[in-house]
Amino acid sequence: MNPDLTSILGNFYVLTLIKLALVAFVLLTALAYLQWIERKVIAHIQLRVGPTRVGPHGLLQPLADTIKLLTKEDLIPAHVNKFFYMLAPMMAVFFALSAIAVIPFGPKINIFGIETYMQLTDLNIGLLYLLALSGMGVYGIALAGWSSNNKYSLIGGLRSSAQMISYELPLALSIASPLLLAGSLSLREIAESQAGFMLGFIPRWSIFQMPAPQIIAFVLFMIAGFAETNRVPFDLPEAENELVAGFHTEYSSMKFASFFMAEYANMVTLCSVATLLFLGGWHPLVPPPAAGFIPPLLLWAAGAMLIFHGLQPARKWDKYTMPAFGAVFLLAGFAFLIPVLQPVLQPLFWFVSKVGILLFFFIWVRATLPRFRYDQLMRFAWAVMFPVSVVHLFATALLVALLK
Amino acid sequence: MDAILFFLFAAIAVISAINVVVQRHPISSALSLVGVMGSLAVLYLLLGAEFIAAAQMIVYAGAIMVLFVFVIMLLNTGAEKSSRKGRILTVVAMPLLVIFLGLVSYVIQRGFPDSPLVKFGEFTGGGPKDVGMALFTRYLLPFEVTSVLILIAIIGAVVLARKEMD
Repeated sequence: MNPDLTSILGNFYVLTLIKLALVAFVLLTALAYLQWIERKVIAHIQLRVGPTRVGPHGLLQPLADTIKLLTKEDLIPAHVNKFFYMLAPMMAVFFALSAIAVIPFGPKINIFGIETYMQLTDLNIGLLYLLALSGMGVYGIALAGWSSNNKYSLIGGLRSSAQMISYELPLALSIASPLLLAGSLSLREIAESQAGFMLGFIPRWSIFQMPAPQIIAFVLFMIAGFAETNRVPFDLPEAENELVAGFHTEYSSMKFASFFMAEYANMVTLCSVATLLFLGGWHPLVPPPAAGFIPPLLLWAAGAMLIFHGLQPARKWDKYTMPAFGAVFLLAGFAFLIPVLQPVLQPLFWFVSKVGILLFFFIWVRATLPRFRYDQLMRFAWAVMFPVSVVHLFATALLVALLK
Repeated sequence: MDAILFFLFAAIAVISAINVVVQRHPISSALSLVGVMGSLAVLYLLLGAEFIAAAQMIVYAGAIMVLFVFVIMLLNTGAEKSSRKGRILTVVAMPLLVIFLGLVSYVIQRGFPDSPLVKFGEFTGGGPKDVGMALFTRYLLPFEVTSVLILIAIIGAVVLARKEMD
């Protein structure tokens, strides 16, 4: 590439804008498709097929849903507090989406002579920034419930704020113990501190890392995370059999969609943070030479399976769509062999697959577990989660102080 | 750039602060207070105190004010009605306000006659590490005393809540 263009692209503002556009596009698309994945996965768990009508295997369903939500009538009920009614979904979606700014997807990379981090910005208080955003996210839901001027919404909003305040405590405490191992609040430094392998094959991720493996903290973090994102089994703010739809009962059209977007964005953020704090971020599961072969082999296996299913079509269109998707997977596998792309794709593959597994877990739990009762939820937070996380933090601190 | 951001967020802070008092509805007042906290956090950030800014957002805006809003929502208080005395008080209050502002500026003028102006970007010791080091070495005693004070307050709150329940 000629030096002129390199210097323009290397400019801080231009580079940031490009990265911003890329991340925003990928994130919003991922959020839309997460909905599709969730519907498909839950459908298959419940022995249904899920969306199939729009596009092959319902793949264009998110697009159709977006158009539907955008063009639906935006109803404002007469009895609501208009200003806060409009403000609430904006706050919810704003605080949920701005969290992506500090999440690193990979290490420092060098594309055509331009050095940059695979991250929008690295704050030395990155984790605190995320905690602050999750704290502010409560306002969106609480205000939505209150301003709707409807008793179901109000109860939903109240439940949500009480729940989120209570579970923020074990969440913050379970975050604190891997921080003792990493010794930093910057998400990039936390992920980088987990590089390498113990005994040559056990990855030095926080959940395995000596002297204080963080498995308990990881479990606590995930449970508190389910409550923070108002997901099943802690989705009492929108318990449909008691509260109609909880805090978003009175919302329609794009305002309703923004609450959904906020929920999914919070899920993605939470899974990314769990990956960075506990699962070693973009660091591979196995030592280097083997780690390079896993992504292409996995993708080729997926591609071969799709082509195999295409040869024995179960439905009418399968003999065209399955091989087509199979070919995409095969090509993606070959992309991992190109040396220029390797430093970008490898970390990205590990990061995205870890986040993806955690997101799948979220969906799996939604299809499996029933909802808690409200008093059980609060007792669980204060009588189980809180003491366990405090004791775990002390134990970690002791181990780190004695053995590190 | 720093100056523009400073004036923008200082203005937001002052307007929100005035709004806290002017608004009739408790929820509006509480949210204006959140606006004040948020813009103060930005000012801390501009001064280089990242940790304090994040703590401000997490503790004040994210926890204490959520609790305020929660209680207001739970009690479901409506907008306050203005009493008739209001108008007379406004007439009396205006000159008093001017006098008060004059006094404050006089005290500042006398107390800090020629203190240097704060420059953005000069102070860099606001990270979590610096704050932690300061708290646990130099200011250990005040820190511990404050913790005990907070503990006493918590125990007091629990005791008072218990009595109400019986």
